[in-house]
Amino acid sequence: MIKTLKAEGGIKMGEMLKVKNLHVSVEGRKVLEDINFSMDYGEIAVLFGPNGAGKTTFIMTLMGFPKYKIEKGKIIFKGVDVTHMDVSERAKLGMGLSFQRPPVVRGVSLRKLLKIVGNGKTDEEILQYAEKLNLTNHLDRDVNDGFSGGEVKRAELLQLLMQKPELVFIDEPESGVDLENIVLIGEMTNQLLGRGQRIKDPKKSAIIITHTGYILDYINADKGYILLNGKLQCRGNPRDILSEIKKNGYRRCFTCQ
Amino acid sequence: MPVSKKYIKDIQDRAKKAIDKPALYGEDIDLKQFQKHIERGKIESLELLPELAKEAALMAGVDVEEKERSGSYVQMDHSVVYKKLSKLYEGKVELMSTNEAVETYDWLEDYFWRIVQPDTDKYTAQVALNPTHGYFIRILPGQKLDYPLQTCLMIAEGYISQNVHNIVIVEEGAELHIITGCTLSKSDAVGIHLGISEFYVKKGGKLFFTMIHNWAENFYVRPRTAVMVEEDGVYVNNYALLKPVKSIQSSPVVYLKGDRASARFNTVIYGLKDSYIDLGSKIVFEGKETKGESLARTIADHKSVIYSRGDLIAKTQDYCMGRLDCRGIIFSNDASIYAIPQLISYGADRADLSHEASIGPISEEQVEYLMSRGMTKDEATSLITSGFLNLDIPFLPEIIDKHIKEVIQITSKESL
Repeated sequence: MIKTLKAEGGIKMGEMLKVKNLHVSVEGRKVLEDINFSMDYGEIAVLFGPNGAGKTTFIMTLMGFPKYKIEKGKIIFKGVDVTHMDVSERAKLGMGLSFQRPPVVRGVSLRKLLKIVGNGKTDEEILQYAEKLNLTNHLDRDVNDGFSGGEVKRAELLQLLMQKPELVFIDEPESGVDLENIVLIGEMTNQLLGRGQRIKDPKKSAIIITHTGYILDYINADKGYILLNGKLQCRGNPRDILSEIKKNGYRRCFTCQ
Repeated sequence: MPVSKKYIKDIQDRAKKAIDKPALYGEDIDLKQFQKHIERGKIESLELLPELAKEAALMAGVDVEEKERSGSYVQMDHSVVYKKLSKLYEGKVELMSTNEAVETYDWLEDYFWRIVQPDTDKYTAQVALNPTHGYFIRILPGQKLDYPLQTCLMIAEGYISQNVHNIVIVEEGAELHIITGCTLSKSDAVGIHLGISEFYVKKGGKLFFTMIHNWAENFYVRPRTAVMVEEDGVYVNNYALLKPVKSIQSSPVVYLKGDRASARFNTVIYGLKDSYIDLGSKIVFEGKETKGESLARTIADHKSVIYSRGDLIAKTQDYCMGRLDCRGIIFSNDASIYAIPQLISYGADRADLSHEASIGPISEEQVEYLMSRGMTKDEATSLITSGFLNLDIPFLPEIIDKHIKEVIQITSKESL
């Protein structure tokens, strides 16, 4: 069932993130308009939408990157108003982001970065996670230097597994990744979100941007949203939304008010 | 048998003609102000160095415990105060003062003032006329030591000119690591360090030379270095300057004489306070299939001025390959960097020479990326800066690595 989204008010129990009346511009251009959004602890939301709709802008704004300017509105995370906090403060509070195209950091090995991010993780623990993600040969290479599409995604996941955020933003986990790696990325994302076979941490949440929806075969998403022209348009079962998009594209969304 | 008197006289005659000759680059220094001569007594162990001297030695990468060193040579002002070679390596390597070597070996004529000329400028002339030691190291054919040899050229008093002449000979198929620290234990001293270095790497030999400079605000430095590499020989030069200096000017030159000889420079420069730094590297490709690379990372802070030069000069008609990679970051509006790469081909129609030079800020994108992992802006900037300066210099003592990080932390905070 896909519903038209209405503005929500008030803060309820179990709510991890609340976005109220959010307006965002990038380099002077309005990108997001009047976004109202909320999610509970332990919820996984999937964000659909055509290219240029504002999906990446939405998660980059939530994470606090200064290029994404909040013109109006509020972001409440775990009951704290983070609207004016910088990226680092939000990360410390429990947000984390998997970049679609992360920069290369020359002279800094992946191992060194993991140690800093892991803050107290032993070399063995780092190695264990790196083994699971087939990245042991990358530990002594400069961060992201010459990494393939799949290696970038796995290295991002590895960093997040060290960082242990409570709310994770994942930008197109399947882009540039072959099928074999999608399975691995799916499994490890579940582990990151505490949905692995052994570990259960029902408090972790995620917002995942996807174009193809392949990742939904591996991750049990709770809700789906469509972002169109900078506005959140619909909410519903992510699989229903995906099959609607596959059948009709986003045409019907434009007429759905 | 000593080097012949005639040869020495000839060198000195040539030097006398250049005694007032300014160098091509850098401020012209009046050497007459540095007239003091100071002799020091010998010490039994590096642990017995006076506290300030010990600290200065540490900051220049000297391992005073000598745990991971095959031997040590320490000179303070105008005296050799300590010289020790592990018994394990006796008969494999020779270590003595160059003055002593000149008195011992007549064949030294083939190496002494052969690739650095005494009449190059007033600084080479000064060393030729008033030499005050320097080290002579020769590793015998096919030999290899387990640990580096360390040398330390220290100045502990003002108004002196330390005129050292270093000679290193790596015989055929031998391999040697040298860590040398040039350092000042009296931080307000006005003075000058002049260093002539002539290194010879013979067929199939390898020389890894790491130099750490630890100077201060009132101190001048004018090293003159040349290296000759024969067939299949390898020369690697690591250099770090992370402390202020009044002015330093140097441009070591490597002649890749033999076929398939190779050279690499890794240079890390942090310009602080009013430092005037003019440092370069020159690689001359003479043999066929020779290869050379020069990497420099410079940061200019405060009111420092840095000239970062790099010259690749191809003279062979066969294939050779050279690459320059010179990057800079400016941390202060009062600092300047001149990156001057130069490629020269003398009819070398098969030479492949290239350069990449850049001066740019620390990338905001990288800072934000690391901040999203929970680092503060300061922490992210420090990590990126230390990565920028990280050229993976082998055998770099931990204390130097730590010191680099400390300098970065302090200065990158200031620059934000």
